Amino acid sequence: MLKGEDMMTQSEIRELQILASKARIGAIIGTFNAKSGHPGGSLSAADMFTYLYYKEMNVDPTRPDWEDRDRFVLSKGHCCPSLYAILALKGYFGWEELSVLRHVGAMLQGHPDMKRTPGVDMSSGSLGQGISAACGMALAAKLDRKDWRVYTMLGDGECEEGEVWEAAMFASHKGLDNLTVIVDVNGLQIDGTTAEVGGVEPLDTKFESFGFDVAVIDGHDFNAIEDAMAQAKASSKPFAIIMKTVKGKGVSFMENQVGWHGKAPNAEQYEIAMAELEAQLKELEA
Amino acid sequence: MAEIITKATRVSFGEALCEKAAENPDIIVLDADLAAATNTSIFAKAYPDRFFNCGIAEGNMIGVAAGLAAAGKIPVAASFAMFATGRAFEQIRNSVAYPRLNVKIAGSHAGISTGEDGATHQCLEDIGIMRTIPDMVVLNPADHWEMKAATKAALEYDGPVYIRLGRLAVDSFNDPETYTFEWGKGITLEEGNDITVVATGLCVLESLKAVRELKAEGRSVRLINIHTIKPIDREIILKAARETGRIITVEEHNVIGGLADAVCEVTSAECPVPVRRIGVYDQFGYSGPAKELLDIFGLTAPNIKKVIEEELAKK
Repeated sequence: MLKGEDMMTQSEIRELQILASKARIGAIIGTFNAKSGHPGGSLSAADMFTYLYYKEMNVDPTRPDWEDRDRFVLSKGHCCPSLYAILALKGYFGWEELSVLRHVGAMLQGHPDMKRTPGVDMSSGSLGQGISAACGMALAAKLDRKDWRVYTMLGDGECEEGEVWEAAMFASHKGLDNLTVIVDVNGLQIDGTTAEVGGVEPLDTKFESFGFDVAVIDGHDFNAIEDAMAQAKASSKPFAIIMKTVKGKGVSFMENQVGWHGKAPNAEQYEIAMAELEAQLKELEA
Repeated sequence: MAEIITKATRVSFGEALCEKAAENPDIIVLDADLAAATNTSIFAKAYPDRFFNCGIAEGNMIGVAAGLAAAGKIPVAASFAMFATGRAFEQIRNSVAYPRLNVKIAGSHAGISTGEDGATHQCLEDIGIMRTIPDMVVLNPADHWEMKAATKAALEYDGPVYIRLGRLAVDSFNDPETYTFEWGKGITLEEGNDITVVATGLCVLESLKAVRELKAEGRSVRLINIHTIKPIDREIILKAARETGRIITVEEHNVIGGLADAVCEVTSAECPVPVRRIGVYDQFGYSGPAKELLDIFGLTAPNIKKVIEEELAKK
């Protein structure tokens, strides 16, 4: 556990909460204008994206291809709207790109595209594949004796893919202690709860049995995220952060609703969602 | 005549990897528990620190290759053609080709000549599967010298490449003194004006035997070796269509999706001529010695010669 002076101050946490709130607003703007996309998981993952890009990762938005940067692979690629918002806030591209998300010719594709979007380290979207690419990157760092790290985020539903466990086996067998796997456990997937659809739980003991060190945390608690990230860096094994989240977090009518996995808000819903998120932002900024 | 080297192209591939790896430390080789068969074992022995056995998990292996390439390495991922292109198709499509990453995929034991293992391991679809993926280069070298040159060229090229390796030991027919591998260029092995045989991979040597016998009998038959199926050499095919008016394709692959289709795509648009297809006619193979199977499926010189004679008779 991190203690005292190593921990973030209340004002630092407040700053992250403000950024995460803006990322949620960006995800709603993006999916509303696209008339499609995945708001639910974008909202559950927003706090972790914020922490990664503002606290954790060694990156430089002016040099998105810097070879010694830390890498992030969004294995659950469909949750890119809030990742795009964070990348825009960091300065990789303009915020206005969010309003043409998924439009013809847009820089921001429906799923991450490393060739089109600065700051995206790997194209992803087909579930199960991002974690394998993250393993390949982590292996490359080892081969070059570099100390940059690789982070990847999966959905809990995504862990039903066999490739996830092929990759997990690979990561521990090859000693990839520079890899942190984050699982966004919001408990919902397209056709229902993860318990109803695929039976992916328990995830913590699965990762442990595949040779990972594991932390189970609240994915909306920045102190808990900070602590888990410190454990990951101290571990001599690949590390899995199993983070419990609320799908649709921040928008009352989307929270914990299966139907908001892959559906854009209509005009009325957009107004309500924006009003709620902006109120939250205002309160944080007060 | 150059010395004949009798060697499976998978062995030539393993040797070429080693030779190229000596020049370029970024070359990394992955296999999925078939290193002894694909001959990446040759590389593994020479460069143990740059070889990673991924276990029997082809999908993950291709994804790992994509990640290595995204971080600047030149990964070569090898397995049997069936599992590399079949099991891992979608990883190749989405994680390698879509981001156009510099990954080389080697598919060994391709075609009916995999032999005794039977239909589950005899891949007759790999060329078709790989050809439909945008930006994917598809190579199918014919003999020892061509495989070595093609492997080296693939490693020098920046982008995704599929390279097909054979299990069966075959005689070389190219002369290393004069042979040059030109990316995307077919090679005219025999000149002729009455008909053109377009062959690929292990079928090139058998076609060469058939064409030479016919030449000895006074027939004028052109033979083209297509080692790069994608991007295909349009010029050499159109020239053959215009000058000889009739084409026969020969491949150890389903006649759907492979060389036959690639040739017909060129001719049908710009110079439609009859194209007779020698290959496996949309069926699965079965167990048996490789050479017997090649005979049964009509992929050896006697049948190729017979088909050429039939087509010549139609002119």
